[in-house]
Amino acid sequence: MLMLSRTASALYWLGRYIERADFIARLVEATVRLDALSARPAGEAAWKSALAVSYTDDAFALTGNPLTQAHVARFLTLDPSHPGSIVRCLDMARNNARAVRTALTRDAWTAINRAWLLFQNRASTGGATATLNLVEQVKGETRGFEGAIHRMMRNEPTLLIQLGSAIERADNTARLVDVKYHLLLPKGEPVGGVVDRDQWTTILQTVSAVNAYRWVYNDGLQPRNVIDLLLNRAELPRSLAACVEETVGLLSALAKRTGLQGEADRMARARMSRLQKTSTSQIIVSGLHEYLGAFIAENAMLDGAIARQFRFT
Amino acid sequence: MAANGAFDEIWGHGGPDHPRAEFAALSQWVADTPASELQRRQQAAETAFRQLGITFAVYGDSDAAERIIPFDIVPRIFLQSEWQRLSEGLVQRVEAINAFLEDVYGEGRIIKEGVIPPELVLLNEQFRAEVNRVRPPHGVWAHICGIDLVRTGPDEFFVLEDNARTPSGVSYMLENREAMLRLCPELFRDFRVAAVDSYPDMLLETMRSVSPGSKSDPVCVVLTPGHFNSAYYEHSFLADAMGVELVEPADLVVDDDIVWMRTIGGRVRVDVIYRRIDDDYLDPLAFRPESLLGVPGLIAAYRAGNVAILNAPGNGIADDKAIYSYMPEIVRFYSGGEAKLPNVETFRCREPQALKYVLDHLPELVVKLVDGSGGYGMLVGPTASRTQIEEFRAALIAEPQRYIAQPTLALSTVPTLVEAGLAPRHVDFRPFVLTGGNGVKVVPGGLTRVALREGSLVVNSSQGGGTKDSFVLMDDGAPSGQSQTQVQS
Repeated sequence: MLMLSRTASALYWLGRYIERADFIARLVEATVRLDALSARPAGEAAWKSALAVSYTDDAFALTGNPLTQAHVARFLTLDPSHPGSIVRCLDMARNNARAVRTALTRDAWTAINRAWLLFQNRASTGGATATLNLVEQVKGETRGFEGAIHRMMRNEPTLLIQLGSAIERADNTARLVDVKYHLLLPKGEPVGGVVDRDQWTTILQTVSAVNAYRWVYNDGLQPRNVIDLLLNRAELPRSLAACVEETVGLLSALAKRTGLQGEADRMARARMSRLQKTSTSQIIVSGLHEYLGAFIAENAMLDGAIARQFRFT
Repeated sequence: MAANGAFDEIWGHGGPDHPRAEFAALSQWVADTPASELQRRQQAAETAFRQLGITFAVYGDSDAAERIIPFDIVPRIFLQSEWQRLSEGLVQRVEAINAFLEDVYGEGRIIKEGVIPPELVLLNEQFRAEVNRVRPPHGVWAHICGIDLVRTGPDEFFVLEDNARTPSGVSYMLENREAMLRLCPELFRDFRVAAVDSYPDMLLETMRSVSPGSKSDPVCVVLTPGHFNSAYYEHSFLADAMGVELVEPADLVVDDDIVWMRTIGGRVRVDVIYRRIDDDYLDPLAFRPESLLGVPGLIAAYRAGNVAILNAPGNGIADDKAIYSYMPEIVRFYSGGEAKLPNVETFRCREPQALKYVLDHLPELVVKLVDGSGGYGMLVGPTASRTQIEEFRAALIAEPQRYIAQPTLALSTVPTLVEAGLAPRHVDFRPFVLTGGNGVKVVPGGLTRVALREGSLVVNSSQGGGTKDSFVLMDDGAPSGQSQTQVQS
């Protein structure tokens, strides 16, 4: 199949931005709950960590606004001047989708467009309930998009969108664990010690894994188990293990169809076999933060290799 | 009543209670369907258009970067006999346009024989010396034409404007029909309407028929300026419906007079380009050196005969408004007969007598810039303020050669759903005519634009106009669309 380089790049980034919008929606949702439901109000700390997870704490500080739900939720969802907000992610996703409309089905396009329309002429998120409603709608539309993708032909466009999602999802999960883990660990508490239950639930909610945790561990909330689930359990779609395996599979499916194979495939396969050989306790012993930092850097390098392999520019 | 007793295409001159005999059934349908139901269906159509992103951008209007064009649920209908006559006129006109382009960029007979003043062609900004003496593949220049028509009575059709460059609107013809089929299926049971959905196939056939090489499977593409262009939806719609790539200038590269597109598998040679970019921005090496848009070297590849460009560069000379006034002479010159579709009477302000008449009758006339489009730079005398008229008077005296003027026509109306219910609104019509290596074809349908404001004659979408579906009825006595049943003996 013939595919323009520009089209390939737009499809890949479409997948990334939709995934990112969905992730921020989940992050906001979980933080609103944390803020509202905790026995002791989590307040500033909760919103501060939400900003750190999305790498936007410095950008928020520049706005001069206080760390409250109203301000941070608006910043993360509606702020058009902030490149990490949901509305900007959907803008970028929609621009990419418009540029490749011929590669998308009507269902896939209308899901993106409907998500985008949710934000048009909307200036405020309103209170907690309204914010939850908004992110719930965003999640509904991104789910609709995923559903539409699964009904598209299993050819290059679909595979490239899914490749973008897998790369983005790996990055998001790694950052979520990295930031939350260290913020939540009370001072002087060793890794694996007693921690706040609500805080940990937030992490699982953000990756929709609350029930999965119960099924897999049949145990109270243990930080070590959360790490294990989010890093090494390939059954969980948002775990690093799942994203890494999916990336390898998508690249080899693309290689079969396009004949393009190379550096990206080698990097992805090496990453997978390394991850499969590393146990959770090894990771904790040798330093979780360092491990995740290296993972995020490697993920970015893989993104560059993909761009070269498929001649994005 | 619509502007001073204008002809209504459904109701004739008799109003809702005395429709034209052929349209009694439609009039009945309109009367029987409650206005609230029509409103509901119309809103459903507009919601669908918005979700599909069938939008256009209005230049200079930042609030409404993307708008949908209002859609009206009451169709406009042509009888088969009316359509036959129209089609003949359209074919004749488009053949003349192609012959004219072939001539002015070739031998120049029409100038030598004194039919058209030479300066009107040779000094015209639309005359592209860059393609002079270039003959496009298969000798076709105006592959896709949109001829804007207006009507003033049952048999009175006039050509208002020829569009031989990159006429748009065909996606509305197709999407409006989709919406009507979904929302008013009963109409298609009662009327036998010619299908328009073969347009993308016809267009692809046209593209393939003008491929320069002998390849059995030429690579065809649609070239768009990009997704911020106001007609981007249409570009992507057509590429998708034809199953060809939608490319932007940066996707193409010219090497040794061959056009290639950049793909993930490397370069692929391109044979036929349906471009939706103006000549000016097509190739910075040939036209505007300061332009950052375009494909450098494209015109050289075209001159070398290695690629077909639809429509051919340089076509602006044929649909220029100053040339328009000579169309009756042009048709006569090339076809040997009288134009079957007349022009609207046109005063060329470059001629002193005409200018004097125009200046004396400004409040009755429509004055247009020769090189304007989209309803910009236009004076509608009867509705203009005194200040506007005086502004145009000054402009006319300063640069008369830039203007033409036409009488205000009593444009026909079609019943249209407005807030107060159904009311006649003025319409125009743009049918699409395709010319390939194998002849001229008229698509049985087109784009009806409607001026939604009462009494308004300006139908341009950028000026608040809407669209309607345009039915062409078939009366060939073929069986209706029901399943056949076994005949019991």
